[in-house]
Amino acid sequence: MEVFVSQVFTGLSAGAVLLLIAVGLTLTFGQMGVINMAHGEFLMAGAYTAYVVNLVVGDAGLGLLVALPVGFLVGGLLGVVLEASVIRWMYHRPLDTLLVTYGVGLVLQQVARDVFGAPAKDVPSPSWLSGSVPVLGYDFPMARLFLLLLSVACLLAVLALLRRTALGRQVRATVENRDLAETVGISTRRTDRITFFLGSGLAGIAGVALTLLGSTGPTIGASYIVEAFLVVVVGGIGQLKGTVIAAFSIGVLQAFLEYATSGSIAKVVVFLAIVVFLQVRPQGIFAVRTRSLA
Amino acid sequence: MNSRTTRTITAAFSVAALAGALAGCGAKAGESADAAESCVETDGDTVKIGFLNSLSGTMAISETTVFKSLSMAAEEINADGGVLGKQLEIVSEDGQSEPTVFAEKATKLIDQDCVAAVFGGWTSSSRKAMLPVFEGKDALLFYPVQYEGLEASENIFYTGATTNQQIIPALDYLKDEKGIESIFLVGSDYVFPRTANAIIQAYAEEHGIEVLGEEYQPLGSTSFGTVVDKVKAAGADAVFNTLNGDSNVAFFKEYKGKGLTAESMPVVSVSIAEEEVPGVGVDNLVGQYTAWNYYQTLETPVNEEFVAAFKEANGAKAVTSDPMEAAYTSLHLWKGMVEKADSFDVDDVVAAADGVTFEAPEGTVTVNGENHHIAKTALIGQIREDGLIETVWSSDGPIEPDPFLEGYAWWEGE
Amino acid sequence: MSRRTTLLTALGWLALAAALLGLAPALLSDFRLGLLAKYCCYAIAAVGIGLAWGRGGMLVLGQGLYFGLGGYAMAMHLKLTDAGPGQVPDFMVLYAGGEMPVWWEPFRSPVVTLLAILLLPVLVATVLGAAIFKRRVKGAYFAILSQALTAAFAILLIGQVKTTGGFNGLNNFQSFFGYSLYDPVNKRMLYFLAAGVLLASVALMAQLHRSRFGELLVATRDAEERVRFLGHDPANVKLVAYVLAAVLASVGGALFVPVVGIISPEDVGVGASIALVAGVALGGRASLFGPALGALLVGYAETSLSESFPGSWSYFQGGLFVVVVLLLPGGLAQALSALASVRHRVGGPPGGRRRRERPASDRTRPGPTTPQEVTA
Repeated sequence: MEVFVSQVFTGLSAGAVLLLIAVGLTLTFGQMGVINMAHGEFLMAGAYTAYVVNLVVGDAGLGLLVALPVGFLVGGLLGVVLEASVIRWMYHRPLDTLLVTYGVGLVLQQVARDVFGAPAKDVPSPSWLSGSVPVLGYDFPMARLFLLLLSVACLLAVLALLRRTALGRQVRATVENRDLAETVGISTRRTDRITFFLGSGLAGIAGVALTLLGSTGPTIGASYIVEAFLVVVVGGIGQLKGTVIAAFSIGVLQAFLEYATSGSIAKVVVFLAIVVFLQVRPQGIFAVRTRSLA
Repeated sequence: MNSRTTRTITAAFSVAALAGALAGCGAKAGESADAAESCVETDGDTVKIGFLNSLSGTMAISETTVFKSLSMAAEEINADGGVLGKQLEIVSEDGQSEPTVFAEKATKLIDQDCVAAVFGGWTSSSRKAMLPVFEGKDALLFYPVQYEGLEASENIFYTGATTNQQIIPALDYLKDEKGIESIFLVGSDYVFPRTANAIIQAYAEEHGIEVLGEEYQPLGSTSFGTVVDKVKAAGADAVFNTLNGDSNVAFFKEYKGKGLTAESMPVVSVSIAEEEVPGVGVDNLVGQYTAWNYYQTLETPVNEEFVAAFKEANGAKAVTSDPMEAAYTSLHLWKGMVEKADSFDVDDVVAAADGVTFEAPEGTVTVNGENHHIAKTALIGQIREDGLIETVWSSDGPIEPDPFLEGYAWWEGE
Repeated sequence: MSRRTTLLTALGWLALAAALLGLAPALLSDFRLGLLAKYCCYAIAAVGIGLAWGRGGMLVLGQGLYFGLGGYAMAMHLKLTDAGPGQVPDFMVLYAGGEMPVWWEPFRSPVVTLLAILLLPVLVATVLGAAIFKRRVKGAYFAILSQALTAAFAILLIGQVKTTGGFNGLNNFQSFFGYSLYDPVNKRMLYFLAAGVLLASVALMAQLHRSRFGELLVATRDAEERVRFLGHDPANVKLVAYVLAAVLASVGGALFVPVVGIISPEDVGVGASIALVAGVALGGRASLFGPALGALLVGYAETSLSESFPGSWSYFQGGLFVVVVLLLPGGLAQALSALASVRHRVGGPPGGRRRRERPASDRTRPGPTTPQEVTA
């Protein structure tokens, strides 16, 4: 029982990280068909933001609270710049965006290496996040609990935005049918840009949050990007509901497998399980029903 | 030209090319392959040596400092009149953190640049990749990092610790000083941790210590939630940590987050030196133990001079650590060997190697001519608030290197 | 296809052959020739990517998987022959107490090894491809899946220190089918072998491009549904191209092992797989010579850049992806043919202009053509 509880919580908090990264991806992927491999580097930018903010502020607790919105802005702005400079020229070549953004990612990594140096940076955790809280007999580390709550909060915010605001309706309309949305007078260009800002900003937040768990280095984003894409694909492209389920199931599955076997084996099994799953449901957990042949 | 004709023509071309490829150079060499003649130029006022470190990629974090300390040693030697009266000329190559690149660049240094010796390498994989190159071309490599032992190449000098100079003393310390009865093993998934843990398992069995778990994470992994859950549940007296690089950060943050401390469950790490401490976060490490053969805090005149010189060259914030000290020492040892042999020739240098000593920052080190390792003193250290490491225990003088653990009856291979 | 094109192709191939087999060995030192041999191995895999991606529209981001299958098969054989009959490889003596898993045993035989290099990728690619293409998984899904698979493969290799050498990979080979690998003469022979195989695979592509299959493949890439309505199964067409690409990658990997003297998970992972694509993008994915020449060029650039400016390679590789894919989707081949057609127009040659290759599009959904594609 203890093992069960501990692995559920460890898995959920791992899933929360994946979710924060994947929500942004699923928005941009679903709406624009853009595969943004530089998304991981936006996360990295968020992590370095936390590092810089902490240096400036000098207090770990305040630093984190300031870094979250600043990280969102930094990630979002990078996203908008990428969208405006590169991606908008290639909306009809989604596979090519993958390669181009991979290239952008490589450059950003090297920039980080040249600016901050290759060694990993440590961002001190605030004192109110050290230690743990007992949940069902399991000592749940505060940092992981915070991550879980942050992730859920971000998700709710995005949902509220999509469901309750005019902007959200425009975004959803564009996802469902771009041409029709344009016909009814929605500026899809503007919608695209805002979605990109939002998605990339979430990656920035994820980066800030990740400093609570590990170090900040140039390749921090690259190590998450493949997994995050798998979450998006399993969830069904453009499907927030699916992304949530996929992120948490993958997190928990991995945690249990890891407990039973080892880190390497767990990862391999999860990857293979995903490949098999996609054979059964090639469109992911939830698929957009379309009459399109493609 | 119809399509059948073209097809025939192209096919004929292809066959001809392949046949030509094979026939044109079927010269069999069989076993009589001679190593290529050395092209080292020793007539002039200078002699070339090669530095091969990763200046880019994931290992750049560690290897850049090795490069700096090698450069410092070379400058010192040059200022001092060089080796056999010749100034050292450095050819530096970037290993890019990839084993294949290390092999390729080693070839270049030996064949193109004709260096007298190469200094560098860090990961086991880079050393394993370079080994056949140096043996095949009968050239010299000086490898400055502690490693998993079980190797003794004629063409490599190992100036870092082998297992009986680091792992085994650390276990002796835990057993005798800390009185532990159980231990938990955590490592990155590659050869060094696997081998180290195999040795620990054998040692534990011999000395009645219970191994409560052995966990591996892929290199660079940052998810340690489950691993630390297992560690905590097992409740061992100590943890032996062979994690590499960034994984340490995630591991120690998680460790602290789950309420484990140096008092409740001490961790002995063998890959965290002064340089890595700030990256992991001093807060997360204070009071934990490390096993090395050198610390910046050693109070010897030679070391104080070394630290001062290094800080002068690289800024007051620079710290010194075991691998960079071993690299610094390696260049001086090579100088000693060359001068003893009165020759730059690889065979002469190797023949003269036995017994060459150097007053290194870590203390006096002596080359073992048989297995090409050096005798070193083992030091257990504790991480201080200021991020430096303080010696809390040391072996009785230098330990003779025993890479194959032949002197330990309980070890019979794995 | 016009006679002129055929003639040009044949001439181009001959020029490449002359450069690789005549010029390079005459001019380059043993060390540089060894490097060129390595680039040739990458180029062989690149030729396959050109077929699958450029001609078939499948962005194969996981060719490291097949490169690794061939490479490890060859490496296992070399380790076993070095060890001698009945003996186990050195690293297993060290790390696994001298125990060898049963599945290593067949690789003692050179015949089995060579067959494995050809058939293993066929097997894996068929199982994988059949499932994926029949389910009509394509575009982005396929790219990400293939990337996940190669990541899983690399992690698996790293985790099995006792049977695969783990992170260190397999290395320290003494001989290659009886030829000492320490002898420079035999190193040259390996170069000729790699260059020969590269030339042969380019020739094979030339045949494929003009065959019925080649036309069907391009048709599938550009309008899969129409091909289906015409009574062909696009899944089969894609499968064949994918399997061929896998075999070429495997052969490249197998040659890579004796040429470079090591194969490790780093050579098969996500980064290595995408690096293989870089050359193809640069050279021109859909063209005949583009993938091979691009791979050779990228290999050369990597070596020379990293020799003179450590760390700059990331900028270069990153920049290459951005500039080439964004501005020049047809690669250098497109630039050259654009140049040629300009000259044609100026000179006003008799006869029609050469039919130009349409740059590969990889649209996953029918949609308006981008300005780039129209002008390209």
